[in-house]
Amino acid sequence: MSDLYNVSSSPHVRSKDTSSRIMGLVILALLPTTLFGIYNFGIRALILILVTIASCVASEWVFEKIVHKKSTINDLSAVVTGLLLALNLPPTLPIWEAVLGGIFAIVIVKMMFGGLGQNFMNPALGARCFLLIAFAADMTNYVIDDYTGATPLAAMRNGEAVNTMDMLIGKTAGTIGETSAIAILIGAIILILTGIIDLRIPGTYILTFVIFIVIFGGHGFDWNYITAQLCGGGLMLGAFFMATDYVTSPITPNGKILFGICLGVLTGLFRMYGANAEGVSFAIILSNCLVPMIEKITIPRAFGIVKEGKKHE
Amino acid sequence: MNKYVERLFNGIIKENPTFVLMLGMCPTLAVTTSAENGLGMGLSTTVVLVFANLLISAFRKVIPDGVRMPAYIVIVASLVTMVEFIMKAYTPDLATKLGVYIPLIVVNCIILGRAESYASKNPVVPSIFDGIGMGLGFTVGLTCIGIIREILGAGQIFGAQVLSLDWFTPITIFVMAPGAFLVAAMNVVRAKMDAKGKPLAKPSGCISGDCASCGQSAMCTGKKAE
Repeated sequence: MSDLYNVSSSPHVRSKDTSSRIMGLVILALLPTTLFGIYNFGIRALILILVTIASCVASEWVFEKIVHKKSTINDLSAVVTGLLLALNLPPTLPIWEAVLGGIFAIVIVKMMFGGLGQNFMNPALGARCFLLIAFAADMTNYVIDDYTGATPLAAMRNGEAVNTMDMLIGKTAGTIGETSAIAILIGAIILILTGIIDLRIPGTYILTFVIFIVIFGGHGFDWNYITAQLCGGGLMLGAFFMATDYVTSPITPNGKILFGICLGVLTGLFRMYGANAEGVSFAIILSNCLVPMIEKITIPRAFGIVKEGKKHE
Repeated sequence: MNKYVERLFNGIIKENPTFVLMLGMCPTLAVTTSAENGLGMGLSTTVVLVFANLLISAFRKVIPDGVRMPAYIVIVASLVTMVEFIMKAYTPDLATKLGVYIPLIVVNCIILGRAESYASKNPVVPSIFDGIGMGLGFTVGLTCIGIIREILGAGQIFGAQVLSLDWFTPITIFVMAPGAFLVAAMNVVRAKMDAKGKPLAKPSGCISGDCASCGQSAMCTGKKAE
């Protein structure tokens, strides 16, 4: 290579970040949640997690073999998709349905649109919603300690009291990864400290959601109720790990805030007025579809460019 | 005779309305929850298509060019009304299942498309065969999609249980609206993979000869050289 390519005038700062490094850190941040899920739901959860990851990685490899593309499984994004999908499944889900979910996430939501960076919707959540509609009974069959229990969100919807402390620690029914708010927060702190995510999206998401339920929740400013709503269901997992997905969230700073507000309002609407107790996954994939529009209206003004309306003054 | 066979082949395989032209997507997505519904919808459209082609071709010299669309619509709407009444009388179950999509055959773009691009320019007998070919092609398309959705979504074909519910959990999404889009999207993927690497279709010639007033000028490949 000639030296010409190395000449640079501007100060080019090179970052060590690569896709596989970021994905590796996300996996690391998901470890507390994963381990807690396995501890909480037993060996069955571990099998489900491994099967889903294997299914995602294998379908990415096979798809790229079929279309003669270079294999991209080393960037670990398929592992993250598989892990996130597994954390969003109830531990009792039949194995073949989890495999189908993995194939759907990778082949249909991600690879058909061009692979990593091109998908318009979070693959793990797309697959979760697919499974939720396809196998409604299996996907809402929550079992903990051998007894079928309602998730805290469903219990709250029926007006029953829930134990907020249990919800913080995670000894409740639910999907593998959503139960423990503390484990998720540990992961979130890792992501924030390493600079993988910033607080704009999760911060505005949670804040908007809290404001929404204070106004429309019917309980007023009841601290217990708000904490229970925040820790119940997939809100924490969704806010920190799935709404912040680089590919499917806006890149403009103001766009991120707008995106977070969209998420908060939609989640609130689905939870308060929807048919199901939970609505985080639908809120996120719906907002994913709005991202191109959000980016269009929030493009920052470049230095020296005059605002459109002020030109003729 | 060869010409007529060619029309049938053209409608069922070469220019299959569902898989190749991708026309009539509204009924394709809406009624194909089962193979039976797809077949019923396809056959009723075929009947309308054959008679519409026949009548439009017969009157092609009488209908003034300026009001041809309203004239076609009147012909098609009368035929659809008859088909609807006949279905309500003899196959009430199917008529209930297809519901509003029977009257909506009036605005099915396959029928207007064939009227505009074939029946209005060709003699009666080839037009009839064109209608049969296109109609059967549509029927085959709808039935195929119906079979795929029914077998995945309920484990049945034409209402008969082929996949035992003992080991098969129906993927119910396929008999709901999103399933229709998934199956239709698979068809788009197939078409894209087919078309990959092949040259674009040759210019098919100009319809009106006047690009300024032609509705198709934006996507026309046969523009006259300036």
